[in-house]
Amino acid sequence: MKNELQNEETFYESIIRKGYSRRSFLKFATYMAAFMGLENSMVGQLVKTMETKKRIPVIWEHFQECTGCSESFIKSDHPLVADVILDTISLDYTDTLMAAAGHQSEAAKQASMKANYGKYILIVEGAIPTKNDGVYCTIAGRTALEIIKESAEGAAAIITFGSCSSWGGVQAAYPNPTGSVPVDAIIKDKPIIKVPGCPPISEVMTGVVLYYAMFGRIPDLDDEGRPKQFYGKRVHDSCYRRPYFDAGLYAESFDSEEAKKGYCLYKLGCRGPVTYNACGTVGWNGGLGFPIKSGHPCIGCSENKFWDNGPFYKRLENIPGMGIEATADEIGKIVLGAAAGGAAVHAIAANIFKKKEIDENREMGKINEQNLNE
Amino acid sequence: MKTMTYNYKRVYVWEFAVRFFHWLTVLSLIVLIVTGFIIANPPSLNLNVEAAKSYWFGYVRLIHFTFAYILIANLLFRIYWAFAGNQFANWRNFIPYTKKHWQNIFYVLKVDIFLQKDKEHKVENISIGHNALAAFSYLIMTLFFLLQVATGLALKADTSDWWFPKMFHWVIPLFGGDIATRYVHHILTWLFMAFVVIHVYLVLYHDYIEARGEASAMISGFKFVRAERIKQNIRSFVNKVKKQMKDGNIKGNIENDPE
Ligand code: SF4
Repeated sequence: MKNELQNEETFYESIIRKGYSRRSFLKFATYMAAFMGLENSMVGQLVKTMETKKRIPVIWEHFQECTGCSESFIKSDHPLVADVILDTISLDYTDTLMAAAGHQSEAAKQASMKANYGKYILIVEGAIPTKNDGVYCTIAGRTALEIIKESAEGAAAIITFGSCSSWGGVQAAYPNPTGSVPVDAIIKDKPIIKVPGCPPISEVMTGVVLYYAMFGRIPDLDDEGRPKQFYGKRVHDSCYRRPYFDAGLYAESFDSEEAKKGYCLYKLGCRGPVTYNACGTVGWNGGLGFPIKSGHPCIGCSENKFWDNGPFYKRLENIPGMGIEATADEIGKIVLGAAAGGAAVHAIAANIFKKKEIDENREMGKINEQNLNE
Repeated sequence: MKTMTYNYKRVYVWEFAVRFFHWLTVLSLIVLIVTGFIIANPPSLNLNVEAAKSYWFGYVRLIHFTFAYILIANLLFRIYWAFAGNQFANWRNFIPYTKKHWQNIFYVLKVDIFLQKDKEHKVENISIGHNALAAFSYLIMTLFFLLQVATGLALKADTSDWWFPKMFHWVIPLFGGDIATRYVHHILTWLFMAFVVIHVYLVLYHDYIEARGEASAMISGFKFVRAERIKQNIRSFVNKVKKQMKDGNIKGNIENDPE
């Protein structure tokens, strides 16, 4: 009953009911606009939407995951952010954070899905195993495969939090023993917003949820289904060590003088140049830092198959998916060597097999040489 | 005494445009491979300077991108020339769509690759321009070139303001991300190097065995072709040339009437 009542409230009403002042509400709106990558002029519209828009129900499913995404999510910097997400958007089901447990929680989910059919947002954390009918992940006696199909049915949109639900993640890494797949391999008929990362930045997660909650539509997505405002840039293109990169100043080991000076980590395997994320701009822990700022190269955690593209401290060396330790350059050298060796063998063979022709040419040429006009 | 070798005639095979294309490709390939490997694994020179004072790695990338565009323009020009150029430059050489192509491919495989005896000794079997197997290998290399160009431009797309590289952005999701796209780009580089080795070797092989100017043809444009292969009755052609000279279209004179 309580749920239904709260669903009738607008965002604004619920914030005020919690005892926040209008001033902090406005501050919050400005803050969120920045998170969502909106222009300053959009703040007014955001305020208006929050004052008039009804709260949106959210169902959050957890499958093959480490719960690190939830962990990141609740660490949002601004107190209101956590509030908004955990209370205001009416998170009707998330087995990690909800008060109810066991049958109670499953019942609450069923009730909410029924009452809000076609309206709720489905958040998915974790990949879905498909091998042996998906027995490798079961919740309340049902497989993840069954559950995702059921909860996606009535969802208005799906947001996949983390690399597991977006790409497959660690359980889908070679050799993928449980046949894990990301959400978009199973659900084809719903808009899916991918928020990859291991975990994603909390402000990015809230930003995406709020964007949908506020505007009722999904943000601009790139070709791979990620919101452009957060995943439009490579870490490398917003990295503060970029001048060192262009100057050719690299750290080659963690204990070197160069590392101390803050040189570029490219040669320590930095995946910044191939990774799309907002680490360089939004930052982690309230903008305090991000891996590169702490002296650690980017491991590309928001990229597809990043587990298979190891080792982390080398520059994209091993051929992914081969299951053996073979670097691209080693194979290249073999190919090149085979070509050169083949040519050498062929050259010797040609001298043997074509001897007649070669000799004939030479003899005839010699005779001509003897018969030149003076 | 009669000359003892066959009689050979000079045939203009590779037009200037083709030779220009060839050597510009050589140049850009060398530059792209060298800069490409530097980009993949730069040496830590770590010159004792402030980052603001140095930009050498940025310049290496700039050179790589510049020559990439030169290569692309060159490639487009060559595709145009496949329609505008002479019979040896024509696109029909490169696609083995007739029985004749395949016969020649098998001939070359037999005689030049597996070094079997050429029992028939038919002069028609000796190609004047590309042999069908070589031409087919260039078609395949062109496709790899296009793939290399597409992956390169796709990686460039996000940091470019120009619509041209942006056009290739779809390649990235096709391979499943920047990492995979970069792999393809990197591995293809090795393939091109292997191709260069084989290509240069086979040119030298033909020059050595056939001794008719295979290698120098890419400098002068001429190859030597057995006299029997040139139409003997060229009276009408000679008259045409003489008339052109009289009209002042061609300079020179024909002293030794070829007949
Ligand atoms: S540290 Fe990584 S992301 Fe930053 S400039 Fe170097 S390579 Fe790029």
